[in-house]
Amino acid sequence: MSFSAGTVALIDNGGANVASVVHALERLGVNAERTASPERIAAADRVILPGVGAAADAMARLQASGLDRLIPALTQPVLGICLGMQLLFAGSDEGNVACLALLHGQATRFPTGGLPVPHMGWNELRLRQPHALLAGLKDGDYAYFVHSYALPVSADTLATADYGGEFTAVAARGNFHGAQFHPERSARVGSLLLANFLRLPTGSR
Amino acid sequence: MKGVQFRDHEVVGDILDLAARYAAEGADELVFYDITASPEGRGVDRSWIARIGRLLDIPFCVAGGIRSVAEAEAVLAAGAEKISVNSPAIANPGLVDELARRFGSQCVVVGIDSQTRDGRYEVYQFTGDPTKTRSTARSTLDWVREVQERGAGEIVLNCMASDGVRRGYDIPQLQAVRAVCGVPLIASGGAGAPEHFAAVFREANVDGALAASVFHKGLIRIPDLKRQLLADGIAIRPPEGDAA
Repeated sequence: MSFSAGTVALIDNGGANVASVVHALERLGVNAERTASPERIAAADRVILPGVGAAADAMARLQASGLDRLIPALTQPVLGICLGMQLLFAGSDEGNVACLALLHGQATRFPTGGLPVPHMGWNELRLRQPHALLAGLKDGDYAYFVHSYALPVSADTLATADYGGEFTAVAARGNFHGAQFHPERSARVGSLLLANFLRLPTGSR
Repeated sequence: MKGVQFRDHEVVGDILDLAARYAAEGADELVFYDITASPEGRGVDRSWIARIGRLLDIPFCVAGGIRSVAEAEAVLAAGAEKISVNSPAIANPGLVDELARRFGSQCVVVGIDSQTRDGRYEVYQFTGDPTKTRSTARSTLDWVREVQERGAGEIVLNCMASDGVRRGYDIPQLQAVRAVCGVPLIASGGAGAPEHFAAVFREANVDGALAASVFHKGLIRIPDLKRQLLADGIAIRPPEGDAA
């Protein structure tokens, strides 16, 4: 597989899965740059915001480095993964924190209707809107999730999954995209989504 | 949402090949045990973890000899999704709290070796070396409750009496643990035939089934097992190449 993906900046915001995302991109033949530098991020053709941990901590780190102001101004394709996706939404009940509000919705804790939380494991995707990010994915494809908070379904929702209720698994608005699951650990389905992201047009940049 | 997992006791050179093969065949998660780490008082050799992390596109867990936050951090930074603690958690239960606080419960698996003793289920330790294996005199059900309160995000219950015997998982024991376990529960020990996996999912309502020797010895192929489970109505990720 080969891409003219351009440069890919992987925002190093202190999460534990940054290395896994680097490796997944390497398997697609793309060398991403791990960076927290606003200049390097702004200059990249594509930007990925991974994230594992708590929303309030992650937002505090973005604010400390000024990335909370930089990210909304980006015009190249941006992909948030897991907590990185949740940070692109309006806010999270986890620590009751305001996030970047580039996608519509508020992350809430899973209803604990007897199911174990965190939601951890493989779950089926339901495709809700056609989008270049989902090219080649099929309804019922499985992806690997690890999360305790979830986004409701909204106009930005591209795909959902169900765990005691339907929630947003993939979302997009303009150049901002998010995957609640971990594409770097979702085998073929995850590679497809990452490859699709690497193929998205970079616009007029 | 059920998972078929796998653990291995082989040497490093073979691990990379085997890991790639099992991932390609549709294993949902791989668990790498350094079962000799704790009895010999040493940590995990981590050079292979980064190699596994580069190779695998499915989640994996590393177990064995992780006694501190620093050791766990190195394993997670190398690409593991989860770390599993067993004997070190028994020696220092506060380790579970520390790991959960630092990395989140989703990273923290507690492995429990358990079997019947004096009419109740008891936790054993140092099971990697038969000459050092001993009961801790802790009740398994109490320990399952305690580690959840301390922040464990998943429990792997290895039922020692059925381990390696291939006559099926210890369903009564797994049912008893399931009743007190609100986090994902993985069954371990006893898989010998595809129907054993179906039975443990159906009767003990576990979230995953872990097996080693049946896969390793080629007695069960993962794609065949998953097709059988799907035919039995168990919700599981289909093997690669099959229609979703």
